[in-house]
Amino acid sequence: MAKPKVATTSLAGCFGCHMSLLDIDDRILQLVDLVDFDKSPIDDKKHFDGPVDIGLIEGGCCNEENVRVLQDFRTHCTTLISVGDCATMGGIPAMRNGIPLAECYAEAYLNGPSVHNPSGEIPNDPELPLLLDKVYPCHEVVKVDYHIPGCPPPADALWQALVALLTGKPLALPYELIKYD
Amino acid sequence: MADNKRKIIREICQSCGDDPTRLMDIVRAVQMRLRCVDDEAMDLIAKAVNTHRVEVAGVVSFYAFLADQPLGDIVIRLCDDVIDEMAGSKYVAEALRSELGIDFGQTTPDGRFTLAWTPCIGMCDQAPAALVNDVPVTELNSDTARRMIHELREHMRPELLVTRVGDGNNAHPLVQSMVKNNLRHAGPVVFSPVNRGEAIRKALAMTPVEVIRAVKTARLRGCGGAGFPTGMKWEFTRAAAGERKFIIANADEGEPGTFKDRVILTERSDRLFAGMTIAGYAIGASEGILYLRAEYAYLRRYLEEVLAARRAENLLGRAICGRPGFNFDIRIQMGAGAYICGEETALINSCEGRRGEPRNRPPFPAQHGYLGGPTAVNNVETLCCVTKVLEVGPGTFSELGTGVSGSAGTKCLSISGDCRAPGIYEVPYGTTLRSVLDMAGGSEAAAVQVGGPSGKMIAPAEYDRRICFDDLATGGSVMVFSRRRDLLHVVSRFLDFFIEESCGYCTPCRVGNVLLKERVDRIRHRRGNTTDLDYLRELADTVKLTSRCGLGQTSPNPVLATLEKFPHAYTVLMPPNGNGALAPFDLEAATGDARAVVHRERQHSTAVEENRNG
Repeated sequence: MAKPKVATTSLAGCFGCHMSLLDIDDRILQLVDLVDFDKSPIDDKKHFDGPVDIGLIEGGCCNEENVRVLQDFRTHCTTLISVGDCATMGGIPAMRNGIPLAECYAEAYLNGPSVHNPSGEIPNDPELPLLLDKVYPCHEVVKVDYHIPGCPPPADALWQALVALLTGKPLALPYELIKYD
Repeated sequence: MADNKRKIIREICQSCGDDPTRLMDIVRAVQMRLRCVDDEAMDLIAKAVNTHRVEVAGVVSFYAFLADQPLGDIVIRLCDDVIDEMAGSKYVAEALRSELGIDFGQTTPDGRFTLAWTPCIGMCDQAPAALVNDVPVTELNSDTARRMIHELREHMRPELLVTRVGDGNNAHPLVQSMVKNNLRHAGPVVFSPVNRGEAIRKALAMTPVEVIRAVKTARLRGCGGAGFPTGMKWEFTRAAAGERKFIIANADEGEPGTFKDRVILTERSDRLFAGMTIAGYAIGASEGILYLRAEYAYLRRYLEEVLAARRAENLLGRAICGRPGFNFDIRIQMGAGAYICGEETALINSCEGRRGEPRNRPPFPAQHGYLGGPTAVNNVETLCCVTKVLEVGPGTFSELGTGVSGSAGTKCLSISGDCRAPGIYEVPYGTTLRSVLDMAGGSEAAAVQVGGPSGKMIAPAEYDRRICFDDLATGGSVMVFSRRRDLLHVVSRFLDFFIEESCGYCTPCRVGNVLLKERVDRIRHRRGNTTDLDYLRELADTVKLTSRCGLGQTSPNPVLATLEKFPHAYTVLMPPNGNGALAPFDLEAATGDARAVVHRERQHSTAVEENRNG
């Protein structure tokens, strides 16, 4: 039987959750025994070419491209997991949700202290994805099966969750792994 | 100007004895004279009463009727509760907007008019209604609203809007209000005729302990909704250590759809004041406070006169009825527009000149209440019942119900909404909801909300349930909804109310109600799915379980009740076979703002899409 496939992506996140995944250290060798990585920054595979068992999503959706990638993941992944606070709640990027979008653009491209923009124009290259009106957590865009909280979730929490899902055993998350204050 | 302001504020503070616990009266008076309590006024007040500026600012920001920016000479507050909406308040709102050329929350450039929404002002039986400064204007429509503005522009005197006065004491020279009592069914307790002084004399013939025993024997329980045994509350207050004890009558009836206290205060204030005096005798208090909600300020002068008349007859004051050592007097404390002040500890904070935030309990007010003294806070109706208990004796009183155990006497119901005769019905405890609806001409109701938004929503199959403490316990609000009404819209409006009135102290209530509303609205807009129902149940349970006071502990009730009894109202709005699937994300709508900011045409992104795919 072929090994289960895992795909990962970082949307409006900082790659910290991916770093945390790498923090499982030498267990990554065990993980490679358990699964094959599909589309993921870890193996730099850019496109899906078939169904995948587990999709790990870091980050929420702040622009139209995030939405398309997330929808692509939902289409291809049997089980979709929101990893980390940005994916589950919007996280730090969602701090802009209380600020009108025009002000966000102006701060980034016109008024910010380090901005040099003599033209005074906000870039409008078609390659630049449009920002959404606010930052959405993943489950407001597509159906998400599981959420792993944390900023980032500790490597052990990710490890436990993946192993439990792959082996069909109950998930053991001791208090220390989900306590954040 | 600045000197004048200084002088006005100094006068006002002096008239309240520069007492920081009278801050409510001070800021209300300043608001009335200067149209706002601005930064400078806060400084001056804080200095005069020797408190911190933040205390004054906290009070001003807490209460809806106070403002730190100047309001217009005339403030029109249109009632925004769901019953008024059903009666057409949106047409009134539209007329006011177009006449004044401003939106709600704004003041006209000439500083003459301010337009505002306000939660239930207790006029649901004559909706839509508004407060024009202190003057209630009822049964509005778009024509009368326009005419009202024309008239006000000419004379700027709200009291002249009253061309025809209501019945009973609404016609009293000191009230002169167009409000109607709509007292459809007077029962044998609260609305029975009062013989001034009779109950007090009977009480004085007993010892205080005997009075408490009589109230206990009568099985009298609090009429505000919670139903705590009144005699027991008094016993605790009497037994508590403390020199100064207090009686507070809670006339902050803010639960939407409740207006019984308004009619009691208009027609039977003597019964209430007698009850307070008897309570004072029973627990050993010599000071009483009537906490009157700001919406009923139009009754204040009349109530002051009733108090003065009672003083003249020696039913208040020193050595009442010639009994040496029994001194008791009552003052009226005005509120300033805050639903939460109906909660007794919030009410006590408000009386002390603070923000009306609930306190932690214990200690309970019976031990540590107003100014730290043992305090009994009772509902207006409860205190009226006390007078009856003394008039007829506890045995007779306890037989006045229909024999449902645990509930003696009568209950005043305020019935509004889709019924032919909205108004006040005083019915014996144990009466079925069905017979109440029959009386009010609302038998065809598709749903009835008993006890206000925080109460219970009742489906037709349950109309044989009884109004009593062990079944349908209620503060008195009965809202009737016909088949034409959209129940989820009602739920959404109820949540609006709780979001507005949450004091913000604890997170489950401050945030949870917003999340509940957001999810209910998502379903209403046909973007929901069945997993949203589980989410709503779970969130509602969390808010109920973890909120600090009764507001958050009950605010999810409309959601839970409709989920349980009217699930169809939700599922009918869900996509067929959409079990668990989300409605497609509306990318077009979500990127609309960005497109406007960067001036991107729609074709652009489509072209990119095609490029990518091709």
